[in-house]
Amino acid sequence: MDEQMQSAMKSTEDRRWRLVNRTMRLHGHEPHALIETLHAVQEHFGFLDLDALKYVSQALRVPLSRTYGVATFYHHFTLKPPGEHTCVVCKGTACYIGGASGILDDFEKTVGIGPGQTTPDGKISLVTARCLGSCGLAPAVVFDGEVCGRMTSEAVLERIRRWTDHDPDD
Amino acid sequence: MTLTIEDLQNIAKIERDRQEGTTYQINVCVAAGCLSCQSGLVKEAFDTEISRRGLENWCLVKGVGCLGLCAAGPLIQVQPQGTYYQGVTVNDVSEILDSLGGSPVARLECSQHQAFFQCQQKIVLENCGKIDPERIEDYIAEDGYLGLFTALRQMTPGEVIEQVTKSGLRGRGGAGFPTGLKWTAVSKAVNNTKFIVCNADEGDPGAFMDRSVLESDPHRVIEGMAIAGYAVGASHGFIYVRAEYPLAVKRVHTAIAQAERLGVLGNNIFNTRFEFNIEVRLGAGAFVCGEETALIASIEGRHGRPRPRPPFPAEFGLWGFPTLINNVETFANIAPIIRRGGEWFAGIGTEKSKGTKVFALAGRVNNTGLIEVPMGTRLRDIVFEIGGGIPGDKRFKAVQTGGPSGGCIPEEHLDMPVDYESLAAVGSIMGSGGMIIMDETSCMVDVAQFFMEFCMSESCGKCVPCRVGTTQIYHLLHKISGGQGKPSDIETLGELCDLLKNTSLCGLGQTAPNPVISTLKYFKDEYKAHIRDKNCPAGACRMQAPEEAL
Amino acid sequence: MKKPLRVDERSLRADVNPVRLLTFKIDDRDVSARADETILTVARQNGIKIPTLCHMEGLSEHGACRLCIVEVKGMSRLMPSCVTLPRQDMEVLTKSDRVLDYRRKILELIFSERNHVCSVCVTNGHCDLQALAVEMGMTHVRYDYIYPTHPIDATHPRFSVDHNRCVLCLRCVRVCDEIEGAHTWDVMNRGISSKVITDLNQPWGSSETCTGCGKCVQVCPTGALSEKGKSVAEMVKRRQFLPYLQMMRHRE
Ligand SMILES: Cc1cc2nc3c(=O)[nH]c(=O)nc-3n(C[C@H](O)[C@H](O)[C@H](O)COP(=O)(O)O)c2cc1C
Ligand code: SF4
Ligand code: FES
Repeated sequence: MDEQMQSAMKSTEDRRWRLVNRTMRLHGHEPHALIETLHAVQEHFGFLDLDALKYVSQALRVPLSRTYGVATFYHHFTLKPPGEHTCVVCKGTACYIGGASGILDDFEKTVGIGPGQTTPDGKISLVTARCLGSCGLAPAVVFDGEVCGRMTSEAVLERIRRWTDHDPDD
Repeated sequence: MTLTIEDLQNIAKIERDRQEGTTYQINVCVAAGCLSCQSGLVKEAFDTEISRRGLENWCLVKGVGCLGLCAAGPLIQVQPQGTYYQGVTVNDVSEILDSLGGSPVARLECSQHQAFFQCQQKIVLENCGKIDPERIEDYIAEDGYLGLFTALRQMTPGEVIEQVTKSGLRGRGGAGFPTGLKWTAVSKAVNNTKFIVCNADEGDPGAFMDRSVLESDPHRVIEGMAIAGYAVGASHGFIYVRAEYPLAVKRVHTAIAQAERLGVLGNNIFNTRFEFNIEVRLGAGAFVCGEETALIASIEGRHGRPRPRPPFPAEFGLWGFPTLINNVETFANIAPIIRRGGEWFAGIGTEKSKGTKVFALAGRVNNTGLIEVPMGTRLRDIVFEIGGGIPGDKRFKAVQTGGPSGGCIPEEHLDMPVDYESLAAVGSIMGSGGMIIMDETSCMVDVAQFFMEFCMSESCGKCVPCRVGTTQIYHLLHKISGGQGKPSDIETLGELCDLLKNTSLCGLGQTAPNPVISTLKYFKDEYKAHIRDKNCPAGACRMQAPEEAL
Repeated sequence: MKKPLRVDERSLRADVNPVRLLTFKIDDRDVSARADETILTVARQNGIKIPTLCHMEGLSEHGACRLCIVEVKGMSRLMPSCVTLPRQDMEVLTKSDRVLDYRRKILELIFSERNHVCSVCVTNGHCDLQALAVEMGMTHVRYDYIYPTHPIDATHPRFSVDHNRCVLCLRCVRVCDEIEGAHTWDVMNRGISSKVITDLNQPWGSSETCTGCGKCVQVCPTGALSEKGKSVAEMVKRRQFLPYLQMMRHRE
C-alpha cells in the first residue's frame, strides 16, 4: 500500500497528473472511465508507461491485466514514448489508392524507420493511421498535428528535412 | 428559465437580421478537408482585410462546414450570388473583395451550374456549407430545434415513432435496418433507464460523411438524438466519436455546451417533463468498435470485443439497459422528418430505400468530396456526372462501396440504381457511404489484399474463423500478388471466404471476405494473370523473384 | 415429465422468461427444453455429441471457438450451439455435411495458428485439442502453418506457460476472474497477435495478483498451461473442482 500511496501523493504534485485525476473524478472513479482516463494520460504524457497503467488500475479498481489489455487492444494508445516530431501517414483506402504506400517506402528508404518506429535519436516517429477522413485530398499526411493533403514523397521528405535541419544533431 | 417557442423564433430572427444586414456574405469552408489546405489562413485573411478596409457592415465572413467539393479546396462561396471559388489562397483575398458588386474573379471561379452541384438533393447536408457550425444561433435560424419542439409539444412518443416508421428511413450505418422498427423495439423494452447511442466511429477507411456532418452541422445530430430519446423514453445519450477526428470532437463538445446553455439539452426541455443529456466518448482506433456490442463494451471502458447477439442492444445494451444505437446520418435525418412529416421523406428515393444518401467520393475521380443524392440514383451518374469522371484519360475499372465489408462493382453494373437491395445483389453493400473509384492502374488483387490486411489487423481476435482466417486469406493474397501463388490457391481462397462468412461471430468476420469474393467474381482473370503469368496487368504489384519470396 | 435438470447457472440468461418450456428437433429427434437452456445443453442431455473447445461447464460462455456450430433450418449462417437458445419447432442439425466440413476447417485453422507439436507435449494423450482432432478425423492441415515464435515463461515456481500451444479459448481468464476472483489473466493486443497475459504483461512469477491456485492450469485444454516437473504426456488435468465449487457456492 505504501508504494500506492506514494505514487498517488507524488502524482498530485505534477499538473499533468492533476488533470488525469480530474478526468477520473469527473467519471466518479468508475471502472468504465478506463478508456477516457488512458486518453487523458496519453494526451498529457505522450504515451502510457507501466507506472501510469498501474496507478490508473488502482484508482479505478480495474484489474492490472485488463488495463494492459485495453491499452494494447486499441491502436491509438502507445506504450512507447514518441519522438520529438510525429509524422502520420494515412493508410485509408483513398490514400492507399492515391499512393500512400509509395510515401511509406520512400520514407523508410530515406529516414530509415518504418511505421510504428522512432529514429534512434528520438527525433522522428512514423505512424500510420486508418483514414483521417481527408480522403478527398488523398494522400494525406499529418505533421505534428497539422493535416496536409495531396502529399508526395518529395513533399513529405522535405518537411522531414526541415525538422532535422532546424534543430541539428548535437 | 426554460426555452419557449418565442425565444427560439426570436433567436432565429436576430440571427437572420444579422446575416441579412450585410450586402455580401463570404462562406469559407473550415471543415477538415479544406483546413488541411490552409483554409483557416484564408478566413483570417478575409477577416483582417475586411476590418482593414472597414467593410464589416457590408460583408460578413463566416466559417462554414463542408461545401462538398473537397477536391477543389480551399473552397469559398460568395452569397447572395452563390458563386464558388476554388483553390483560394491568401493572395486571392483582395481580388475577391474587389470583385464584389462587379463580375466574379473568373480565374478562381468554380461553376455552380456543373453537375456536381446540380444533381444533388440535400437533406442531411442541407446546412453544410451554409451555417457556422460553432454557432447554435445559425442553426436555429435554419429551423433548428423546431423538430424537437414539435415532437415534445405537439406529438406523443408513439406519434414520433409513427412518423419515423412512415418515412421508411433505414439505418445509414451499413446494414440498413428499418429505423422505425428499431425505435419501436427500444420503446417497448420495459425499463426506467434507457440509453441512446450515436455511432460516430466511422471506421470504414475511405469514408468521411459522418465526420463532415459532425464538423459542419453538429446540432442536427444532437437534435435527432434528443427526439429519439423522447420517442423511446431515454434521458441519456452518448456520442461515440473516433479519436482520429479531433475537429469533430471539438465541435460536438462546443455544440453540446451551447445546447445545454440554451436549454435544448438538460431538464424540462421546452417546458415539458422531458430531460436529455449527452456525453461524448472517444474511440481509440479500433474499427470493430463500430459493431454495436463492441461499441457498448468500449463505452463501458473495456476491450472492444463483440459478443454473440441475441440479446440485442435494444433489450440488453449499455450496462444491461435497453439501448438505441443509430448512425450519425440516421440521426441527422430525424429532425427534417419530424418537421416535414414522414410522408414527405417517403416520397424521395425508391420503393424500399427511402430518402437520400450521403456518399464520400474518393479515389481516381475528378470531383472528390461529399455528395448527397436520392436513393436509386444510377451509379454511372454518380461517377461520371457528379464525380466528373476519371482524371487523366484513364479507363474506369471498378467502384468500391461499403469499405472493408463491401465489394468492387465493375463497369458492367454501372447502370444499376444505388439502393440497399441492388448493391447487395451485385455482392457489395451500401455500407456507411464510402465510394472509392478505381481506374486501370489499380490492381484488384492488390485492392483485395489491402482490405484483407485491414480486416486482419482490425479483427478483435475473439473468434477463430476471423482471427486465423483473415490471416490465412491475407497470406494467400500476399503470395498471389507477389507472383508466388499456385492455381489451387484460388479454390482455397474461395473456401476460406465461405467459412468466414458463415461461421464468424460478428459482422466484421462475416463480411471481411466480401472484397475478395467480389473481385474473384468479376476480376478472376487478374488473379489468374498473377498466378499463371506472374504478371500484374495493372502494373501495381511488384513480382518477387523466387529467391526473394518468404 | 419434469425431470430434475442440471443446468449450469452461468448459462442461464436473465433476458428470457426462465419458466417457458418448448419443444424442437435436434437431428430429427424431438427434444424439449426450458427456454433458457442452450442448444448445446439440451443436446448433451439427450446424448447428442457436439464438439466444444471454449465452452467449459461451470464458466460463462465465450462463444468464440466456433467448433460447436450447428445448422438451423432456414438460416444460412451456422449458429454456435453453446450460446444459441432454441425456439419452438426449430430444426437443428448437428452432423450435416456442411457442419462437419466447417468444423474440420475451423479446427485446422486452430492448428495452423500456433505450434502444436503433440509428440513433445506434456499433455500428449490428455489434450482436449488432440482429442478433437481424433474425434473429427482431422488427418492433415490444408492451410500453411503460421509458425509464430513465442517464448516460454517458466518464472512461476510451480507452473509454466507456453504460448505456442495456446488456442485463446480464454478458459484461464474466465476461471481466474469468475471462480478465483483474482483476474490475473487477460488478453493483450488483438487479432492474430492476441496473447494471454498476467498482470501488466509481466513474467508470471512476478505477478502481484496471482494466488497460485492453479485453477487456470487445470482448465486449460492444451499444454499451454502446465505444472512444472511433468515430462511428455504426464500432465493430466483435474477439473472436478469446478462442478464441486459450483455446487458448494449455490447450496441453499
Ligand atoms: C465491423 C463493423 C463495423 C461497423 N462500423 C460502423 C461505423 O463505423 N459506423 C456506424 O454507424 N455503424 C457501423 N457498423 C454498424 C453498426 O453495428 C450498427 O449497425 C449501426 O450503427 C446501427 O445504426 P443504424 O441502424 O442507424 O445504421 C459497423 C458494423 C460492423 C459489424
Ligand atoms: S468476427 Fe472477428 S471481429 Fe468479430 S468477434 Fe470474431 S474475431 Fe472479433
Ligand atoms: S464451444 Fe461454442 S463457440 Fe466454443
